[in-house]
Amino acid sequence: MRKIVYTIIGIALAAVAVAVGLLAQQFWSSDNTPPSAATAALSPADRIARGAYLAKAGDCMACHTTRGGAAYAGGRALQTPFGNVISPNITADRATGIGAWSADDFWHALHNGKSRDGRLLYPAFPYPNYTRVTRDDADALYAYLQTVPAVTQANQPHQLRFPYKLQVSLAAWRALYFKPEVFHPETGQSVDWNRGAYLVQGLGHCSACHSARNPLGGSAGEGLSGGLIPALGWYAPSLNARGDWQQEHITALLKTGVSPRATVFGPMAEVVKESLQHLNDSDINAIAVYLKALPADGAAPAFERDGAPEAVAFLQAGAKLYEKHCVDCHGASGAGQPAAYPPLAGNRALAMESAVNPIRIVLNGGFAPGTAGNPRPYSMPPFGHLLSDTEVAQVVSYLRSEWGNNAPPVNGNDVNRYRAIPLD
Amino acid sequence: MPILSALSITAAALAAAPMAAPDTLEQRIAACLSCHSVKERSDAYFPRIAGKPAGYLYNQLRNFQNGHRHYPMMTYMVGHLPDAYLREIADYFAAQHPPYPPAVAGSGANASAAQLTRGEALIRQGDASKKIPACVACHGTALTGVEPSIPGLLGLPSDYINAQFGNWKNKTRRAAAPDCMGEIAARLSEADVAALSAWLSKQTPDAAARPAASIPQPLPLACGSFPASPGFTPAAAQGGAQ
Repeated sequence: MRKIVYTIIGIALAAVAVAVGLLAQQFWSSDNTPPSAATAALSPADRIARGAYLAKAGDCMACHTTRGGAAYAGGRALQTPFGNVISPNITADRATGIGAWSADDFWHALHNGKSRDGRLLYPAFPYPNYTRVTRDDADALYAYLQTVPAVTQANQPHQLRFPYKLQVSLAAWRALYFKPEVFHPETGQSVDWNRGAYLVQGLGHCSACHSARNPLGGSAGEGLSGGLIPALGWYAPSLNARGDWQQEHITALLKTGVSPRATVFGPMAEVVKESLQHLNDSDINAIAVYLKALPADGAAPAFERDGAPEAVAFLQAGAKLYEKHCVDCHGASGAGQPAAYPPLAGNRALAMESAVNPIRIVLNGGFAPGTAGNPRPYSMPPFGHLLSDTEVAQVVSYLRSEWGNNAPPVNGNDVNRYRAIPLD
Repeated sequence: MPILSALSITAAALAAAPMAAPDTLEQRIAACLSCHSVKERSDAYFPRIAGKPAGYLYNQLRNFQNGHRHYPMMTYMVGHLPDAYLREIADYFAAQHPPYPPAVAGSGANASAAQLTRGEALIRQGDASKKIPACVACHGTALTGVEPSIPGLLGLPSDYINAQFGNWKNKTRRAAAPDCMGEIAARLSEADVAALSAWLSKQTPDAAARPAASIPQPLPLACGSFPASPGFTPAAAQGGAQ
């Protein structure tokens, strides 16, 4: 009996030791890659220009700058289900920014997710993606950020709940969901495909929004099969199976925010305006090649529509509202008037299980992002003050049932939930 | 019958063909017009923006973008629009001069005679004891505003005016530094704000009135959003007033 107890205690101690070892490893181990030659060989001006371009590709500014605040001085609260992570100052200020950091320090943050003092960084900083950025690109980014005008602004503490605020919790998360990685080109794929993969999986950090997350905030693999963006209340659609999109429609959407197939809205409008429109045509083309080649999502069973009289009447009420409020711009056939107004027939935003995007667009309307390729965008009026929750539900349900679209209806409660979600 | 069905097929084909959206600014900014309709809605809250100086309107659009003003719907609408487009939108609304609808009965409707007297005094003379300049000193004798960036004050609901003073006091509405209105709002009591908003909301505006082309300077306070005339230093204006 005593022997069994000792055995159990022994196993438990061993398990604890392994766990402690795994956690400790998070703090001690790092993947050290020395500076590479390519960036070092550039002239300082070219190196900085390269870094500035990569900073656009990574949209670093979006998180590291507050509304109206000094560029890269940090302070923006990034909402997560675990509390707010406050972005740090990454200007060249030596005391409060990263002016005193070395290129190696910067590489550790990007590649290993660790700060200069060894603290583990929260993955709201998308190092699970940035870990694939090459040392060359990291060095160019570093060179650029060292030229960002220094702003003295002390970092604010994160506003995270227990136990998420503990470094040991973060170590456990990392043991489960993170390991430093290197991007390896796939030899069977084209140069464009590999460049696209590198940008999408790395600096572009597309999976930060476009993948489902488990309750601990771990990304469900490398997939881009879509997911609800926690706290923001927008659904980042699946990027898979865009094979039916023409290549130039994908590039138009990424570069200008509008295309014959869709218009970007919500958080993606910011991504297009601040990041993607600044990428060169070759990189945009590479991203489109990669996205177009993504595998198809598993086929969901076709939704079987309820033929009961009240269900039919609900959709008919939606059709009447469409006729009154929507048809002038989106057309009787749902073809829209691209690029001013997107088509609704076959629009992926209306085919997804989640109806949050069409609900919010009907409630709030909005402008497509203003870009160099579309500097005077058209807009959709908000209908939140004109239509009741039930009426919005009727029209959205109708959109999800017409012109070959086939997604489940929504009800007034689904709509009401999104009236209270702040817009910014 | 076959002819009829052939016709209906043609009609369906026409309906299916993508249409071209009218290339007008009104069409592009339908989202703006749904609340700030040029044909006034007589709503208690959406402010009239038609006919205000273009520089003022542009500054407000920028202020929503950079967090100097807070109204989530406005921030959402203008957040991703380029500067040139904001100027074009501001110019469009500045050029509109629709008739004014009947005044909206807001909180100012029940103001007492004493409140209205106090309100008018603040508007026309200010209150030297509290270092509050007269509203007319900057917004023009006719209160129609001044080009390029001082807004007119008539035709606004009292509740909207009260809300803006509340925002200035809480520093959730700001303007380019030095923020003269923030300074003045801090010196006004809530009773004074209610008095002047009641008086303003009871005036009948003249649709033919336009923002004044200029205003005597120095202004009582230096204002970051109002460029001083050449040869005039804002610092002197600030010193002169305080």
